[in-house]
Amino acid sequence: MKRHLGAGSATATLIAATLLAAVALAAAPAWADGIIVGLITKTDNNPFFVKMRDGAGAKAKELGVTLQSFAGKYDGDNDSQVAAIESLVAAGAKGILITPSDTKAVVPAVKKARDAGLLVIALDTPLDPIEAADATFATDNFAAGRLIGEWAARTLGAKAASAHIAFLDALEFQPTVDMLRDTGFMTGFGIKVAEPGHYGHETDKRIVGHQWGQGAEEGGRTGMENLLQRDPDINVVYTINEPTAAGAYEALKAAGREHDVLMVSVDGGCPGVRNVQAGVIGATSQQYPLLMASMGVAAVVDYVKSGRKPLPSPGLSFFNTGVNLVTDHPVPGVPSIGTAEGLQKCWG
Amino acid sequence: MTPHAPAGAVAVAPAGSGEAKPSTLRRLHALLHDNPTIVPFIVLLLAVALFSAIVGRRFFHPFNLSLVLQQVTIIAIVGTAQTLVILIAGIDLSVGAIMVLASVVMGRLGVIDGVPMILAFPLGLMVGVACGAANGALVALLRLPPFIVTLGTWSIFGALNLWYSRSETIRQQDVEVAAPFLQFLGTAFRFWGARLTCGSLLMLALAALVWYLLRRTAFGRHVHATGDDPDAARLAGIDVTRVVVAVYTIAGLICAVAGWALIGRIGAISAISGGTANLDSITAVVIGGTSLFGGRGSIIGTLIGALIVGVFRNGLALAGANALWQEFAIGLLIIIAVAIDQWIRKVAA
Repeated sequence: MKRHLGAGSATATLIAATLLAAVALAAAPAWADGIIVGLITKTDNNPFFVKMRDGAGAKAKELGVTLQSFAGKYDGDNDSQVAAIESLVAAGAKGILITPSDTKAVVPAVKKARDAGLLVIALDTPLDPIEAADATFATDNFAAGRLIGEWAARTLGAKAASAHIAFLDALEFQPTVDMLRDTGFMTGFGIKVAEPGHYGHETDKRIVGHQWGQGAEEGGRTGMENLLQRDPDINVVYTINEPTAAGAYEALKAAGREHDVLMVSVDGGCPGVRNVQAGVIGATSQQYPLLMASMGVAAVVDYVKSGRKPLPSPGLSFFNTGVNLVTDHPVPGVPSIGTAEGLQKCWG
Repeated sequence: MTPHAPAGAVAVAPAGSGEAKPSTLRRLHALLHDNPTIVPFIVLLLAVALFSAIVGRRFFHPFNLSLVLQQVTIIAIVGTAQTLVILIAGIDLSVGAIMVLASVVMGRLGVIDGVPMILAFPLGLMVGVACGAANGALVALLRLPPFIVTLGTWSIFGALNLWYSRSETIRQQDVEVAAPFLQFLGTAFRFWGARLTCGSLLMLALAALVWYLLRRTAFGRHVHATGDDPDAARLAGIDVTRVVVAVYTIAGLICAVAGWALIGRIGAISAISGGTANLDSITAVVIGGTSLFGGRGSIIGTLIGALIVGVFRNGLALAGANALWQEFAIGLLIIIAVAIDQWIRKVAA
C-alpha cells in the first residue's frame, strides 16, 4: 500500500478539511401521525439551543404534536439548515422554528417552505429581511445591550466620561446579534454610534478597541490580553456573552486587574449568572430561549387549528420575549433583578 | 514523484543541467534541504522585527512576547501531536476533539462527580490514549485513509463530548474549589518582566521529549522511515503497523495533555472551546516546514510555526488591524510554506 499522498491531494487535504467540515448533520426524521413541528438551531453545542430544544420538546409533548429537531454543525452552517428545511417540507411538517445561521442566505429555502404552506417562525435571530418569516420570537438584543450600557455608565457616575472601554465581540463579520448588542451597549453608555448597523467606526476616545473571541472562553482571554497590551488602563469591558466574559476575567486576573474593572455581558446562562453573583461580571442581560421555543410550538399548533398567525409586539417588528438585567448592584433608573431571581430563570 | 533523501542523510549534490550557474540558489537549495527549519526561523525573526518596528515597545517587550508564548501554548502542544502523525504521511483531523473530550472527562469526573484527582486525571489522559489508539487501529489495521478515518472520529469524539458534557461549562470558581490541580498549568511566574505559565514550560518540555524520541531513539528512526517509504521500511524489517498505531496513540495522549493545558488557560472547563484546534495545528505544522508527504520535518519547526501564527495575530491586533487581515496573512503564510516545501523537495534530476 502506498502511504504517500500525491502533490495535489496534500493541498486538497487542507481545502477539503475545511469543505468537509461543512457536511450536514441532519437528525433522522421521526414519522408520526398528526402535526409535525420542526426546530432548526444554529448548532448543537450551545446550552442556549439545548434549552430551546428542551422547551420546544416539553411544549410539543403537552400539546400532543411531534417535534423534529435539526442543527447545523457549526455557527454559520447554512447548508445544513437548508437541507433541514427541505426535509421538513418533505416530511409534511406544519411549521418550522429556526434560529438562522446565515440570515440572508437561508431566505430562499424559507420562502419555498412558506409557499408549501408551512408557518415559519424565526427564533432568537431575525431573518434578513425580517418579513421573510411569518413571525419572529426574539430577544431585543439592542435593548439587552442598552441595559448593560446604561448600568455601566450609571455605576461609574462621573468617571464614565474618562472610561477606558474594551469590546470583546463575537465575529469579525458582525452578525446581527453581535452588532445589536455592541451598538446597544454604546448607546446605553453614551457613545455615539458612527454608522447604523455597524460598530467599529466610532471615534470616541474612550474606546480602546474591539477584539473577536468567537463567543468562547479561549477567544475572550486572548482578546482581553491583546487589548490590555494596547491600553493597560482599561476599566470597562463589554462582552458579547458570558463564556467570553469568563475568559476575559482570566486575563484580567493574570494582570492583577480583576478587582478594578467593570465587566458586563449578555445571555443569562446559569454559569453566567453565578459569575454575576461571584462578582466576576457586574451585570448581565438575561434572555429566555425556552420561552421562545415553547411559544413557537404553541403558535404553530394555533395556526394549524385557527389559521391565526402570531403578531409582533407593539412598536417592534418582532415578538419580544423579554430581557432582564441581572445584577446584585442595582442603580436607580435601570430596572433589574437580583441574581437569586436570575438563577431561577437561567438556562444551560 | 521523485524520491527524496531520508531525514538526516547528506544533501544530494546538485547534478546535471545547471553547470553554467553552480549558483547560490543551488547552494541555498541544498542548505534548506538539510535544514528545513531555517525558513520558518527567518520568517519568525522578520515578523518580530516587522511588528517591533510598527508597534514598538508594546510589542517588543518581554511581557508581550511571553504573552504570545502563552497564546500559542495549546496549539503548539496539539501541533506536536500533529507533527508526529504528519511525519508518517498521515493526518489527524480529530486532535481538537480529543483535546476537548479529555479535558471535559477529567473536569466532569473531578468537579461534578467528585472522583479523586488521582483517578480523574489519569482517566482523562486515558481517554486521549483510547481515541488515538482507535485512530491508529483504523488506519493501520483496516488500512483506511487517515484523512477519512480522522474526519469520522472528529465527528464521533465531538458528539461524545457534547453528550457527556451536556454542552455545559464548568465555571472557573467551581474548578478552583473542587479540582485545583486541573488549573495547575495556568500557574504563572514572572522574571525580567516576562510572565511564563507552567503550561508554556510543559509545552517546551514536551517538545524536547518528542524531539529526543524522534532524533535519538530507534523508534524515531522507524517513524521517519515509515513516513518516507512504508514499503521500504517494511522490507527493512520495521513493523510498520506497530509504528503507525503507536504514533496515533502517542498523538492522542499529547492531545489529552493539551486538554489539561486548556483548562489551565481558560480556568473553566468548556465543551465549546478548541473548535479550530485541528486546522490551527495543521497550519502550525505546515508553516513550520514539515512536509505533508511524510518523512521530513521537525518538532522545532512546528513550535516556530505556532509562534509565527501567534506573532502575526498578536502583532496585527496591537497594530489595530482588522481581524480579517490576520486570517489573510496566515493564509498567505500557509501557501508560501507549502510552495517552499515543494521547491526543497525537488532534487535536481
